[in-house]
Amino acid sequence: MYHKSPAYRVFNTFNTILLIVLSLLCVIPLLHVFAVSLSAKAAADANIVGLWPVNFTLDAYKKTTNNPIFLNSMWIAVERTVIGTLLTLFLAFLAAYPLSKENSAFRGRNIYAWMFVFTMLFNGGLVPFYMVIQKIGLMDNFWVLVLPGAVNVFLTILMLNFFRGVPKELEEAALIDGAGHFRTLFSIYLPVSLPAIATLALFSMVFHWNSWFDGLLYIGNPKQYPLATFLQTVIIQRDMSSMSMNPADLALISQKTVKSAQIFIGALPILLVYPFLQKFFVKGLVMGSVKE
Amino acid sequence: MSQQQTLQHDDITIPVVKPKGKPLFYYLIKQWPFHIMVLPSLAFLLIFAYLPMGGLVMAFQNYKPWLGLTGSEWVGLDQFRYLFEREDSLQVIWNTVIIAVFKMILNLFAPFVFAILLNEIRKQLVKRFVQTLVYLPHFLSWVILGGILTDLLSTEGGLVNRLLTGLFGIDPIFFLGNGNWFRFTVILSDVWKEFGFGTVVFLAALANINPSLYEAAEVDGASRWKQTLHITVPSMIPIAIVVGTLALGNVLNAGFDQIFNLYNPLVYAKGDIIDTFVYRTAILNGEMGFGTAIGLFKSVISFVLVVISYRLAYKLANYRIF
Repeated sequence: MYHKSPAYRVFNTFNTILLIVLSLLCVIPLLHVFAVSLSAKAAADANIVGLWPVNFTLDAYKKTTNNPIFLNSMWIAVERTVIGTLLTLFLAFLAAYPLSKENSAFRGRNIYAWMFVFTMLFNGGLVPFYMVIQKIGLMDNFWVLVLPGAVNVFLTILMLNFFRGVPKELEEAALIDGAGHFRTLFSIYLPVSLPAIATLALFSMVFHWNSWFDGLLYIGNPKQYPLATFLQTVIIQRDMSSMSMNPADLALISQKTVKSAQIFIGALPILLVYPFLQKFFVKGLVMGSVKE
Repeated sequence: MSQQQTLQHDDITIPVVKPKGKPLFYYLIKQWPFHIMVLPSLAFLLIFAYLPMGGLVMAFQNYKPWLGLTGSEWVGLDQFRYLFEREDSLQVIWNTVIIAVFKMILNLFAPFVFAILLNEIRKQLVKRFVQTLVYLPHFLSWVILGGILTDLLSTEGGLVNRLLTGLFGIDPIFFLGNGNWFRFTVILSDVWKEFGFGTVVFLAALANINPSLYEAAEVDGASRWKQTLHITVPSMIPIAIVVGTLALGNVLNAGFDQIFNLYNPLVYAKGDIIDTFVYRTAILNGEMGFGTAIGLFKSVISFVLVVISYRLAYKLANYRIF
C-alpha cells in the first residue's frame, strides 16, 4: 500500500499544508476587507489592520446604511435581481420544453435551437447594442437592467438538458389523459424540475447581483444605479462628483472603513447564497454537460 | 442509443408525423403550443441579439448620430484600414492576445494540477474545506475583487506590499501602476479567481477513473507517483483537451470586467484591451463607426475560433456540446 510508505506520508503532509494555504489565500482578501470595515478609522488609515479588526466598531456600517443613495442602489439591485431572475426562469422554462423535443416531434425545433445557439457564438458588439437600447427608448429606464439579459441561452440549455432526462412516460401519460402541452409543462414538468429551477435561479441571481456595466452604460443618473454600479463608481472610479453630495458626505463615503463596509455588503448576498450555490453548481454543470 | 429508441417510439405511436407530403402549416397548427412556448424568448433574442447584428453596418460607415444608419456616408473598409494603421489599436490587439493567451494556458494548467493534488487528500473534512474556499472567488464580481485588490496592492500601506517589505525588505511594488506588473497582476489575479472553479470538471473526471486500474498498478508495485503519471494524468487528458480547445474562442477575450476595474491611464500602453478600448473610443469619444469595426473584427475572429474549437473538441475528444 502506497499510503503507508514514508515518502508518501511526507508528500501527503506537504500537500495538505500547501492546499490549505492556497485555499486560505482565496478568502484572506475578503477577510481583510471585513476586518478593516470593523476597525476604527484611525487604525484603518494607519494601515495596521490585518485579518482581525483593530478597535472594533460598527461605525462604518452605521454610516453606510445612513447613506440614502447607497440604500436606494441596494434596493434597485434587489429589484433587478428578483424581477430579472423570475423573468429569466420563466422564459427559460417555457422555451426549454419544446426545444428539448426531437425535431421529428417538433417541426422547426432545429431552426429555433440554432437561432438560440447562434447568439452565444456571435454578437453585434458593444456599439450596435448600445444603439439599439437607445433607439427603443430603454435609456435611463429601470427595465434596461432586466430586459436585455432576460433570455439566458446558457441557462435555457441547462434546462433543456434537464428536461431530456425526465422520463418520457410522465409526459406520455399526461398527454394520453388529455392534458395539453401547457398543462403537461406546468403540472407535470414543473414539480419534478424544481431542483433544476433552483440551480438556474441561483446562477441568475448571482449574475444579476454582480452586473454593473449595464447600469454604467444605460443609466444616466447615478442615484438610480444598482448597487454593483454604485460600488464601481465610488470605489473603483473614485468618482464621487456625479453623486452630487455635500462635502461632508463625500468625505465620509471615501473613508477607508466605509469603503470596506460597502464592499463587504456588496459581497454579502453572494456569501449568503454560496452554500446553496456550492451544493447545486456541480450538479448544474453535470446537468448541462452530460448527454447520452 | 437514445436516438434510436425515440425514433422507434415515434414510429409506433405517431406514424402520421412521418409522411413527407404534409405542408408546413399542418405542423404549425398541430404543434402550435410548442411555437407559442418558444416565441417569448425568441422575441427577446430578435430585439437584443439579432437587431444589434444589423447595426454592424455601421462598421462600413462614417456614422454620424444625426444622420442615422441610412444617411451616414458609406466608407467601405476604411474603418478597418484605419484600425490596422493606428498604432494604439494594434497595441491594444497585441495586449489582448498576450493577456488572454497567458490566462488560457494558466487557467488550464493550474486547475489540472490542483485537482490532482486535491484528489490525493483522503480526509474528507480537509477536502471539503479546501473546495469550499477555492470555489468562492469565482462568484464574486470584479467590482468587488477590483476594490479589494486595489486596496491590497496599494503602494501606500497595502497588505501585500507591507508583507513584501516586512519579509524581504524590498521597496513597494507598483502592481497596478507599472505596465509589466499590471499584466502580471491581471493574469495572476484571474488565475487566483478561477482556478478553484476550474477544478470542478477535472474532479469529475478523476471520480470517473476506474479504481481497478489503481488496484492493478498497486499489485504490480507501482508507486503513487508512477500511478499518477500513468493512470491519473492520461485519464484526464481528454477532458483537458476539451477545456483547452473550448477556451480557444477567448483569444480576443482578455476579460473586460477585470481590466476595466483594475486599469488606469498609467498602464494603457500595456494593459488596454479591445473591449476597454472600444468602450473609450466609441462610447466616451463618440467614434461609433470605428468602435463598431473593432467590435466586428473581434466578433468575427472569435466566431471562427469558436467554430474551429468545437470541431476540434469533437474530433480530438469526441465531445459535443449540443
